[in-house]
Amino acid sequence: MKNHLSTGKVKNNKHRQFLSLVKKEFSHISRDPKTLIILLGMPIVQIIIFGFALTNEVKNARIGVFDQAQDASTQALISQIEASQYFEIFRHFNSYPEIEQEFKKGTIKIALVLPQNFATDLQHFNKAQVQLIADASDPNVANTLINYASAVILDFQDRTTANNGLPYTIHTETRMLYNPQLQGTYSFVPGVMVMVLMLVCTMMTAITIVREKELGTMEILLVSPLQPLKIIVAKAVPYLLLSMLNIASILLLSVFVLQVPINGSLLLLLAASILFTITSLSLGLLISTVTDSQQTAMFISLTGLFLPTVMLSGFMFPIENMPLPLQVISNLVPAKWFYSIVKTVMIKGAGWAIIWREVLVLTAMTLLFLGLSIKNFKIRLA
Amino acid sequence: MRTLQFLLRKEFRQIFRNKSILRIIFVMPLMQLLVLPWAADYEMKNIRLTVVDHDHSVSSQKLISKINSSGYFLLYAYTPSYQQAMATLDRDQADLILEIPVDFERNIIKENESTALIAVNAINGMKAGLGNAYLQSVIRDFNNQVRTEWIQPTRFSPQQVMEVTTSNWYNPLQKYKDFMVPGILVVLVTMVGSFLASLNIVKEKEIGTIEQMNVTPVKKYHFILAKLIPFWVLGLFVLSLGLLIAWAFYGIVPVGNLLVLYTYAAVYLLAVLGLGLLLSTYSENQQQAMLLSFFLIMVFILMSGLYTSIESMPLWAQYLTKINPVSYFIQVIRMVILKGSGLADISQQLFITVGFALLLNAWAVVNYKKRS
Repeated sequence: MKNHLSTGKVKNNKHRQFLSLVKKEFSHISRDPKTLIILLGMPIVQIIIFGFALTNEVKNARIGVFDQAQDASTQALISQIEASQYFEIFRHFNSYPEIEQEFKKGTIKIALVLPQNFATDLQHFNKAQVQLIADASDPNVANTLINYASAVILDFQDRTTANNGLPYTIHTETRMLYNPQLQGTYSFVPGVMVMVLMLVCTMMTAITIVREKELGTMEILLVSPLQPLKIIVAKAVPYLLLSMLNIASILLLSVFVLQVPINGSLLLLLAASILFTITSLSLGLLISTVTDSQQTAMFISLTGLFLPTVMLSGFMFPIENMPLPLQVISNLVPAKWFYSIVKTVMIKGAGWAIIWREVLVLTAMTLLFLGLSIKNFKIRLA
Repeated sequence: MRTLQFLLRKEFRQIFRNKSILRIIFVMPLMQLLVLPWAADYEMKNIRLTVVDHDHSVSSQKLISKINSSGYFLLYAYTPSYQQAMATLDRDQADLILEIPVDFERNIIKENESTALIAVNAINGMKAGLGNAYLQSVIRDFNNQVRTEWIQPTRFSPQQVMEVTTSNWYNPLQKYKDFMVPGILVVLVTMVGSFLASLNIVKEKEIGTIEQMNVTPVKKYHFILAKLIPFWVLGLFVLSLGLLIAWAFYGIVPVGNLLVLYTYAAVYLLAVLGLGLLLSTYSENQQQAMLLSFFLIMVFILMSGLYTSIESMPLWAQYLTKINPVSYFIQVIRMVILKGSGLADISQQLFITVGFALLLNAWAVVNYKKRS
């Protein structure tokens, strides 16, 4: 009985030690209001800016026109192009070198060239040439613009020429699922959420331990009776609470400002977000234990994580298009798994049955990062 | 001048003494330059398709094999019902569903028309639009094939066609890497320059050595120049290494004049370093400096036109890119490397960047004086 009581006391004591360490970390953060404001305000500003501004849609692309015919039929085609929301006529050319000049200045992305005998060719030979020249130094924009311009031209052709009522026609009916209005925000907002959470969370903890090392206060912590695990967790707890505030503000902004709905379970989305935050915080802790100066830790967490997160998480570039080795590497990026979860739960409205694999991977990653941090930490102890 | 020399020697020595950061400065960006451009491919290929064929006719089989051999599509599965097809979309195993109705073939013959249903995962609007357009064009082709097969040529008057030919200038093979490598290089140079500069100065503040500098007879501009020059040199060095990698691993040979590129880069780095300097005058510790520069750099990079084109942004965002130094370097490096634009073509960007460099550095110096 007596024995039992005393271990209880020790446990209680240890508990209190842990709590006071957490309290200490909290006061560290609250004593620096400037940092706190940055940490809480940054995600809000980023979500708003990126949520509205990042999109793959092409609108109002500047097009140059070299119309060698200048008759009624070419004028009609040109005004058709102008009327579409994709294009904005920038200027008219009189020669090919003029087109080249404008391309080199980067003012136009695409040029439309109509030959001299456009109308007569169409009437007499049933075939007229339209040339599209794209500035393919940006292949993505070039491709998209050529597709759009071709569609406008095809549409114009169908309406002006006698092509209606052809026999044996296969019609198609298209349903755009999950995002019928084809809003760019539906794919970009989840991506931005993932990116902002990942980077902010990792950075928050990346310097916590290494700062103590650099300032020399680490030695004091190391001689305390606390276990490494508890020291590490105590460092992460305040940042976890901060991150939860960030999750809340990000989700509120997505729904109410950027108009991206949460179609699935909010609870599941929140739980997954917290899990992902913990993954990122653990990664930050790991970086903190393996580096020896704040500068190095920050540089690794920024330069090392920013581009890979953007490029390999699947939100900018489809992973299935990547060469196989990169598809394999993308599995190492935690953001890839969370992006899939956010898309599935938030937009598709699907549930646990579909995302359990991703959750499992994130959990495994978290345990790995934490385990490695503790191991590294212990080495320092010796 | 001699003071500056001594200070420079000290700064360089400090940089080279810290082997780990030095290694990170060079190894990490260059590794990324080797790996990441391979990921940047918007080109639509291997669009995964689930087919629900209720008709099982010769025509539907022919249509499916036509789609299959078009090169754009990868047949993921045949499912007996639309529900099961939806499950493949939900699980992200397929991007598109093609549902061919019962009596598809019969309706083409008897009713002269038939309708196939296409369902697209439209979360990514652009991808959905292109995938749908490709599938439609394959079906249109198939349709023309059917007509020419079934109709006597004489009975069928040829339709008027506007034949669209396209040329892709500057990058006829549409190589995405030629486009991305220079862009990524800009990002790396920017990050190295601005982060290092802002962290370096604020570190002296945090440790307290800046007080010591302030009481020495060293002039402010000496101190600042001594901080800027080493990172300016490092930045240009990273750029050169990056260009070498672009040539050796990606076969990218600048069409334009390298001198033009370096002239611009030299000015650009001054602007970016000025930004780092400015941020460090506003922060009290390294954490703040890092968070601030991270915030700005992330906004600058994602809004630079590197990934998404500036024209497609809303108007306010397009104005925002006008005060974004990174967007000018992205334009310039692509123009010089891919299109061979000369000094005259980039003069506007160059002048604006000179403006940035002057403004940011002046602001930083003024703000720095106030603090001492």
